[in-house]
Amino acid sequence: MDTANQKKTIALPRNRLYSIIAIAAFVVFAFIADRFFDAFTLRVFNLCAIYIVLALSLNLLNGFTGLFSLGHAGFMAVGAYVSALLTMSPQLKEMNYFLVPIVPWLHNVTLPFLPALIIAGLVSAFVGFLIGAPVLRLRDDYLAIATLGFGEIIRVLITNAQSITNGAQGLKGLPRFSTTFAVWAVAGLTILFMVLLMRSSYGRAMKAVRDDELAAEAMGINVFRVKVTAFTVSSFWAGVGGALLGHMITTIDPKMFTFALTFNILLIVVLGGIGSISGSVISAVVVTILMEALRFLDEPMNLIVFKTEGMPGLRMVVFSILLMVMIIYRQKGLMGNAEFSWDMLGGLFVKKGRKGGDHV
Amino acid sequence: MSEQTSDLMLSTTHLTMRFGGLTAVSDFNLEIYKNEIVGLIGPNGAGKTTAFNVITGMYRPSEGKVLFRGRDITGMKPHSITSLGIARTFQNIRLFKEMSVLENVLVACHLSIDTGIFGATLHLPGYRARETEARRFSMELLEQVRLAHLAYEKGTSLPYGQQRRLEIVRALATKPKILLLDEPAAGMNPQESFELMDFIRKIRDEFDLTIFLIEHHMQVVMGVCERMYVLDYGVTIAHGDPASIQKNPKVIEAYLGVD
Repeated sequence: MDTANQKKTIALPRNRLYSIIAIAAFVVFAFIADRFFDAFTLRVFNLCAIYIVLALSLNLLNGFTGLFSLGHAGFMAVGAYVSALLTMSPQLKEMNYFLVPIVPWLHNVTLPFLPALIIAGLVSAFVGFLIGAPVLRLRDDYLAIATLGFGEIIRVLITNAQSITNGAQGLKGLPRFSTTFAVWAVAGLTILFMVLLMRSSYGRAMKAVRDDELAAEAMGINVFRVKVTAFTVSSFWAGVGGALLGHMITTIDPKMFTFALTFNILLIVVLGGIGSISGSVISAVVVTILMEALRFLDEPMNLIVFKTEGMPGLRMVVFSILLMVMIIYRQKGLMGNAEFSWDMLGGLFVKKGRKGGDHV
Repeated sequence: MSEQTSDLMLSTTHLTMRFGGLTAVSDFNLEIYKNEIVGLIGPNGAGKTTAFNVITGMYRPSEGKVLFRGRDITGMKPHSITSLGIARTFQNIRLFKEMSVLENVLVACHLSIDTGIFGATLHLPGYRARETEARRFSMELLEQVRLAHLAYEKGTSLPYGQQRRLEIVRALATKPKILLLDEPAAGMNPQESFELMDFIRKIRDEFDLTIFLIEHHMQVVMGVCERMYVLDYGVTIAHGDPASIQKNPKVIEAYLGVD
């Protein structure tokens, strides 16, 4: 007992030191990446950050509060459009809205990036609150279907609100605000927010609702309010993530925000571990990189023996197989609902070391 | 307990609960006074748990009223009822399965910690003080029931008897005035059951509680309850002190049947 305690007291500051070193190393890496990576690689690197934000916001619902929501793309669309409309210059808006002119009250608005990003998140959160209040009375599959429906409704509304969103033409030439610094700062903030939230009594209440709604209610937790809060907060980060995505791609249109986008994020959450922050982070990075690295599968291939014509979507097959393997062999995902810790990493090496020792 | 009879804690008047054509509880009139231990017994399917669910707000009664210290709580939400001071446990243990023993108890302190989501997420001083206090309070509770050394174990990994005790502690953490226990001795052997009944008497004294408990086996509650109600097919067939209940022909008939 005593030695174990001693070990722990020594391990704590050491682990903190490791964490500081790791974060510092990452910041240096990000600076190097920003300077020396080619445009494509840098874009993938930054996309990782955006997917971290999105995966964490979905994990807050699916993983931590146990609400199976499939409407994420809708909230991302709200964020992306709000931020785009707030930051585009009047001239740019005139160029975009050649079929139906933009409504006058939006015409002259031009805000800097940060306030636009925050407003995008807040508007998205408000929409989330409006949808959440009725929809969260449903459970399980019913909730999934209802959120899926509302996600699509948001998309259809955007397609048809021609004078506000420019409809199906979408918006082109969004300011390129999603710099390496911006996206990773937001990703860092999201991670910090999630860690703090989950360590607070609200995080505990959310997990209690996930584990046993009835018991949570009997412990004096207002289950409905906790659910609506989680939904609103999740929508906020989804909106922020959507806005970042818009300012990275610089072109947005309603077709971008279909269920396929929600599915990609859900894939990250499930692979990383439902209810694990570090799992979502690792998985977001791995999946984003794989999505780009496997692009060659969609193109025509010359495999010497036979040639393929190029099948768009073949790389998604890889993810589907990955997902099936994960569901069969490791149902809880990469991290389960545990979190990364240095001790865990140490344990991994010790185990390996011992195995190696046996061989010798 | 006769000197305390003026201190009415929980009462129901003409409480009736129907599910479609089935009347699970009919015309249930309950009176529980401060610091009493009252039992609710009856054969399987007699409507005991339904009565609990109606009292704690899980169901809205078809007819009748539930009064807590003179206040009408009929149809209130379960979490509001808990915040007034009525806590309960469940027949099939309902611990939060991914949480440690300590966290299970801390969840029940949410009411006293809650300073809004911003204060909690930003760990503002006001929140931190309450969180620290809740942790101290939870550990103290766990120590009182000899579970403190298991505080960081997963709640669901404990042996059955300790899970039962943890569920009771969790209910105590909501700082109740009355504790409703739904078959606390279910799945226990007679020895464990009697130990549990001692434990219940102990917490009643230590926490100045009133206790209302469901039990299926009559022998177990005879020793601990001062008064009891007997339900059969939703109807109150008897109430009184244990000795008179044991002799009551209707009760014997309900439990043993007649040829």
